[in-house]
Amino acid sequence: MPEAAAWLILFLPLASFLLISIVIRPTLGSASQLAGYVTILAVGASFVLSLVALFSTVASDGHIAYPLHDWFSAGEFNFAVGILMDPLTAVMLVVVTGVSLMVQIYSIGYMHGDRGYTRYYASMSLFTMAMLGLVLANNLLQIFVFWELVGLGSYLLIGFWFDRPSAAAAAKKAFIITRFADFGLLLAILYLFFNGDTFRAADLNPFVITDIYHAIDLGIISVGVAQWVALGIFAGAMGKSAQFPLHTWLPDAMEGPTPVSALIHAATMVTAGVFLVARFFPLFEISPVAMNVVALIGGITAIFAASMGLVSNDIKRVLAYSTVSQLGYMMLALGVGAYGAAIFHLFTHAFFKALLFLGSGNVNHATGTFDMRYMGGLRKFMPWTYATFLIGSLSLSGIFPLSGFWSKDEILAHAFDSGDPVGGLVFLLALIAVFMTAFYMFRALFMTFNGDFKGGAEADPDAPTHGGGLHLGESPAVMLWPLLILAVPAVLIGFVANPLTDLGVVPIHWMSEFLHSNPALHNLHSGAPEFNKSLAAFSSAVALAGILLAYMMYQVKVISPEVVGRMFRPLYVLLSRKYYFDELYEDILVRRVFYGSVAYAFDWFDRSVVDALARLIGWFGANAGSALRQLQTGQLQTYGMAISIGILIIFGAFLFVRG
Amino acid sequence: MGFSGLLTITVFLPIAGAIVIALLLRGDKLIRTFAALVATADLVLTVIVFARYDTSVGGVQMVDKIRDWIPGMGDGFAVQYFLGVDGLSAPLVLLTGLLGFVAVLASWHIGHRVREYFMWLLALQTGVMGVFLSLDFLMFFLFWELELLPMFMLISVWGSEPRNKREYSAMKFLIFTILGSAFMLVGILVLFFSTGTFDMTALPDAIAGGKLLLPAGMVFTLLFVAFAVKLPLWPFHTWLPDAHTDAPTAGSVMLAGVLLKMGGYGMLRVSVGMFPEVVSQFAWILATAGVINIVYGGIVVFRQTDLKRLIAYSSVSHMGFVVLGIASVAGVAGSVSPLGLTGAAMQMFTHGTITGLLFLLVGFIYDKAHTRYIPDLGGLAKRMPFVTVALMVAGLASLGLPGTSGFVAEIMIFLGTFTVWPWATAIGATGVVLAAGYILWTMQRVMFGPIKERFADITDASGMQFVPIAVLVFAIIVVGVFPSIISDVFSSGIEPITRSLENVAQTRLR
Repeated sequence: MPEAAAWLILFLPLASFLLISIVIRPTLGSASQLAGYVTILAVGASFVLSLVALFSTVASDGHIAYPLHDWFSAGEFNFAVGILMDPLTAVMLVVVTGVSLMVQIYSIGYMHGDRGYTRYYASMSLFTMAMLGLVLANNLLQIFVFWELVGLGSYLLIGFWFDRPSAAAAAKKAFIITRFADFGLLLAILYLFFNGDTFRAADLNPFVITDIYHAIDLGIISVGVAQWVALGIFAGAMGKSAQFPLHTWLPDAMEGPTPVSALIHAATMVTAGVFLVARFFPLFEISPVAMNVVALIGGITAIFAASMGLVSNDIKRVLAYSTVSQLGYMMLALGVGAYGAAIFHLFTHAFFKALLFLGSGNVNHATGTFDMRYMGGLRKFMPWTYATFLIGSLSLSGIFPLSGFWSKDEILAHAFDSGDPVGGLVFLLALIAVFMTAFYMFRALFMTFNGDFKGGAEADPDAPTHGGGLHLGESPAVMLWPLLILAVPAVLIGFVANPLTDLGVVPIHWMSEFLHSNPALHNLHSGAPEFNKSLAAFSSAVALAGILLAYMMYQVKVISPEVVGRMFRPLYVLLSRKYYFDELYEDILVRRVFYGSVAYAFDWFDRSVVDALARLIGWFGANAGSALRQLQTGQLQTYGMAISIGILIIFGAFLFVRG
Repeated sequence: MGFSGLLTITVFLPIAGAIVIALLLRGDKLIRTFAALVATADLVLTVIVFARYDTSVGGVQMVDKIRDWIPGMGDGFAVQYFLGVDGLSAPLVLLTGLLGFVAVLASWHIGHRVREYFMWLLALQTGVMGVFLSLDFLMFFLFWELELLPMFMLISVWGSEPRNKREYSAMKFLIFTILGSAFMLVGILVLFFSTGTFDMTALPDAIAGGKLLLPAGMVFTLLFVAFAVKLPLWPFHTWLPDAHTDAPTAGSVMLAGVLLKMGGYGMLRVSVGMFPEVVSQFAWILATAGVINIVYGGIVVFRQTDLKRLIAYSSVSHMGFVVLGIASVAGVAGSVSPLGLTGAAMQMFTHGTITGLLFLLVGFIYDKAHTRYIPDLGGLAKRMPFVTVALMVAGLASLGLPGTSGFVAEIMIFLGTFTVWPWATAIGATGVVLAAGYILWTMQRVMFGPIKERFADITDASGMQFVPIAVLVFAIIVVGVFPSIISDVFSSGIEPITRSLENVAQTRLR
């Protein structure tokens, strides 16, 4: 595919953003319908181009070389930007544009009549553009640029209803926590540059990703350098992908409009972290330490987040914890070396998770609330939403033969086969997560769609003002078609993209083989491990057990959730209070330690020592030097003295250095 | 050498305008319009100067020089008239033209002693412009002093209430700077009596080749103190929050936008350009001081409740990046990268536009809401969408978001200095995390959340108010997306400095 076409994938949503914010909003007003259509057109065209990119990448054996262009330079430093088109990029492009397109179409219905309609679509275009830029980048600094812009997009959209204090707080929290994590990424960039001489000696640019791959091939990156760079990169990834212990922003991010959550959770923002680790996977592979850290953090996150999903009553939060948990899954897959399986799971997850979020949007549209305690019985009011939500739940739980089953199974098989203690441990964690996932998904499904309807927004004292209250019934077509379309890949894509047998059009293990065909990744254990029938049967049984437990507790109610809750009261409280992480971070670390102590001390020092020193000396001078009083105002002397002392300090320092 | 006159007009046009206003014009409206015309003309001139500067040739260009301007008062004490522009000053000249223009437009609502106000404002612009364009050290000094009085008047007459507070702040500003420049004057005179010249283009060689009356380190220190006070470097920074808080909007814009840059410019042109050897030895002090500024300023910001004071402390933090960038002069293993110095220069330019915009918007909010006390504000976004977007752009640029000019400067500084001072840079880089915290927290408290009842009728920017805001937003984004417009010019000015630093580093290695 020609280079200009590849750039268009990125520039079309950018053009849409500019068109909406510079032309449409000022001339046609903040509610112009045109904004939605422009965005859909741009993202749709990007989607088509992404498919072209995927096919041409396949046709050119997994890599298309594009030239680099200078952005800015100083001395020998040169910031060159370019496109990296490899299997990872191609797959990500399709995921991002495909899911984004569905979300944009859906939003026409969901955001209908909102005062900030144009702002919504402008931000959505920007957000999609940023993610595409990240995926396409062939330079670490270029990645950093779009990485931060992804953060901006999420900030604008999570805080979309900015007059709600909770939304404004959630947006800020998401940005600051991810920025905190990005500090690690920044240090990784600096450290790589610090060690850039070996690159330059081999005529390579330490920031160009293909050059980094090349350097790894040549063996000129030492394990020590690779380890620290990889860990820094992973720190950044932990923030965006909401990995333990930086997960706290993601549940709060539910304050954004529901289609935004669908986009964030399926295709942009949180998948960016997994993508980033995958992008620098050759670097991680050199360092066993980095790999084990990734695997363990992923494994811990997988069950940690799932455990909070077990008790949440907010349907979107259940899905949010589910996302965190699934991202942990992908990370642990990367950590045990299952590169192809991780991206395969990212791929399948994108479809069913987008489907589930949009489904929850429909539920909210009908009931006016997100609290599942006030739902129930929606199956008969909204059969299509129910059917697609069921498909999504089954796929997420990993039930044969839906998409989620195949990708999840591949990760489990990899962890099982890895043979080292870390692999064994994370396999165990992953298996526990399978059980929890099936349980909380079907708990949510039963609470929402089965049983009797419990009143919706009218019964819920905390129902948010947006959502238009209660009007039971199926959503309009524009909000149903995206679900129906997404349901197809949620069922089929797992088997079709990565089949166990040769399907003719699609060869056996196509996706894994394709992802591994990247020439830079030749050290990988090639392909997927053999399909392990007994392992697959076992993990399916575990998932079914989770569903069964949910069925007994929330459908036939042979086991009372209240009784269980009372039996494990402390555990229940711990889970529903999210392990007190918000309290630890916000109340103790930020409010007490940072704001109350550190910043207080600095501010006190500034006023009462630095500035007061001047005033004190002035007072002393004014009193002692009464003879000179008529010559000076006191103030003059004050600052004169202060500056003189400052100068003496510098002077002393100078003498000290010289001596 | 010659006399093209372009720079002379650029420097003196504003003060000529001020004289016309003082002597000839009557009526507030006329004065305002005339001042705006003068500022616009000067902006056009600075754009011409910037655009005409040829980086492929480099060096000093568009020279206006009269060798014996004030001829022989005794033995060779001839003062020359010498204006010239090089890669280091060209972008700063543009910045001064830009912010001078913005400052005049931002003063449209001034109704108190209008004539004097615009007189001082225009005179201030000549002072700053002269500092950036003088290549004769004595002239440099005169312009440095010339800028003081207008600023003092602007703060003490048109500053915020109460009167005794603003007079205190104005006096504090004046005394800090004057004492700094007293040391500078001594330094300049020592240089003159040692080398026999005030010519700033000849001084680097003269200092390197000759013998100074005082140890070079001491002369360096004398000059450095003046720049450090102006920048301001901790612990000389306490004048800044007071002056900023009490200055009128245009005063704050000029103060933060260009006056602080005089300090950074002096460091690059004089401290680094003339004393490469000394500055390399002292680089560790610069690195430490820069980091203290960044972290100390960045933490103190959090406790501020006055919007202007908050931005003032964020300036302390951001100007620390300039010093951190300069600290890269020490180099590693005999090689000095221009990246850190270019980044420092870029940071001056971008901080000028970003903080200029921040003060402009805060002044605007204050005029509408009649308070700058953050707990009293809230929810303004609902009624002020344009101001909110502009404040968001400025805020995001301030926290170094890519796509804005703030990012380019900071990443250059980090990359350039990390290779020399890894630990200091790593600590300094926490400044961007702090910035994210205080900027977004401030946005949340001031603009977001439900709108307070008393602001129900507040209005957004309109008419004339759009222009200066839009101009700065545009500048921030254009430089963020196409940084080489500015950075290539700075690079060409930094290049000879880097070469002399490299010589020093090589000699030291041997």
